[in-house]
Amino acid sequence: MTGGGLLPRDRAVQPAALTPEYKTSVTRSPRSPLLTLDSTVTEETGPVFGHDIIGPLDNDLINNFTQGASLANGERVLIHGRLSDQNGRAVPGALIEIWQANAGGRYRHANDSYFAPLDPNFGGCGRTLTDDDGNYRFMTIRPGAYPWPNGPNAWRPMHVHFSLFGAAFGQRLITQMYFEGDPLIDLCPIVAAIPDQRQIDRLVAHLDMSQAQSMDHLAYRFDITLRGRNQTMFENRPEGM
Amino acid sequence: MARRPDPDPETASQTAGPYVHIGCLPSVAGFHAVFDGDLGASPIIEGAKGDVITVEGKIFDGYGDPLLDGMIETWQADAKGLYAGQAGADPKVPGFGRRATDAETGAFSFRTIRPGAAKGQAPHIAFWIVARGINIGLLTRLYFPEDNHSDDPILSRIETAERAKTLIAAKIGDAAYRFDIRLQGDGETVFLDM
Ligand SMILES: [Fe+3]
Repeated sequence: MTGGGLLPRDRAVQPAALTPEYKTSVTRSPRSPLLTLDSTVTEETGPVFGHDIIGPLDNDLINNFTQGASLANGERVLIHGRLSDQNGRAVPGALIEIWQANAGGRYRHANDSYFAPLDPNFGGCGRTLTDDDGNYRFMTIRPGAYPWPNGPNAWRPMHVHFSLFGAAFGQRLITQMYFEGDPLIDLCPIVAAIPDQRQIDRLVAHLDMSQAQSMDHLAYRFDITLRGRNQTMFENRPEGM
Repeated sequence: MARRPDPDPETASQTAGPYVHIGCLPSVAGFHAVFDGDLGASPIIEGAKGDVITVEGKIFDGYGDPLLDGMIETWQADAKGLYAGQAGADPKVPGFGRRATDAETGAFSFRTIRPGAAKGQAPHIAFWIVARGINIGLLTRLYFPEDNHSDDPILSRIETAERAKTLIAAKIGDAAYRFDIRLQGDGETVFLDM
């Protein structure tokens, strides 16, 4: 038995709206406190996406921009992991969308004028649905770090943007995945918006040689946790008690 | 005694950044070859029951300038107040919409049906806003000016009428509404934590 209500969002593990070191947040952060209320049916339901929206190359960013005609440039990596909720349950059939810069740190977007060249074989978007056990996988290239106009010589660490849907609109989450060992992570004011180092560490994907493939690609593991629902005591009672 | 295990923390949010369109609205970023189209292109399918309406607006920052790089998601019930996935819901109302704010004007607009009242609540459309500079997506709601809101659990909790007004759209035509969102400062929109 599962109660319908969503667990209240623990704001202590989330970035505040106003984080002055990340300059754009200064004018885009509400100053009044959020109105905190129990979730309603509006937040407890959410859009459903079916397999009909997913094409065979959608989770393969090395191939999807050219539809398999030519390969993207860069260090080939598999990014994979498990989507679960706060109660440890897999979230199956969930839509994950990702976007990223190319190997040189350039986005294919009208607003990105960085002089690293576009890769004619790389778009930078992918999407997939989690399987029955909540697992997902993307084949891509390692994105380059890139400079940005936040302050003198500010650089974003290598990262992949992740957009996640659970089963409820109130579980909606957008975040970024970083790569283990990148020294720019500790210098980034967007990362530092997260107040708790343990939560930052959870955004850093770990090298996973068990899923790497010889002479082909490295692998990184990134597990993601969405908000859970209130549970009844019955549900949590250990077997036999 | 069974003890409830502590839930794991939710993964931390990070800003969607200025290039959110690449992943979420690829046709806005000029991608046509990768996917079959953008998700959330319309909250309704032709044949949806109910009154068709249009909603337009802008999102303003603390300087009063419109956001030119934001993304809005909307989630709403059908004409009877039922959400997609609930028993009896109108199959022509997927209920989910996505819009970019225009890169030159900051305006967004969409066409949908007027939602019915979900149990115990006045009719509304949920809005979720992400953009560069927004560290965690902002949740709010559009309510309709002609409805009675006195029993709505959210509007009735907002302490001043001035603040509650920020959630009520303006009627600008027969079936047209305007809903502007102010992130900060005078007339700052009420944002929800639910
Ligand atoms: Fe980025």
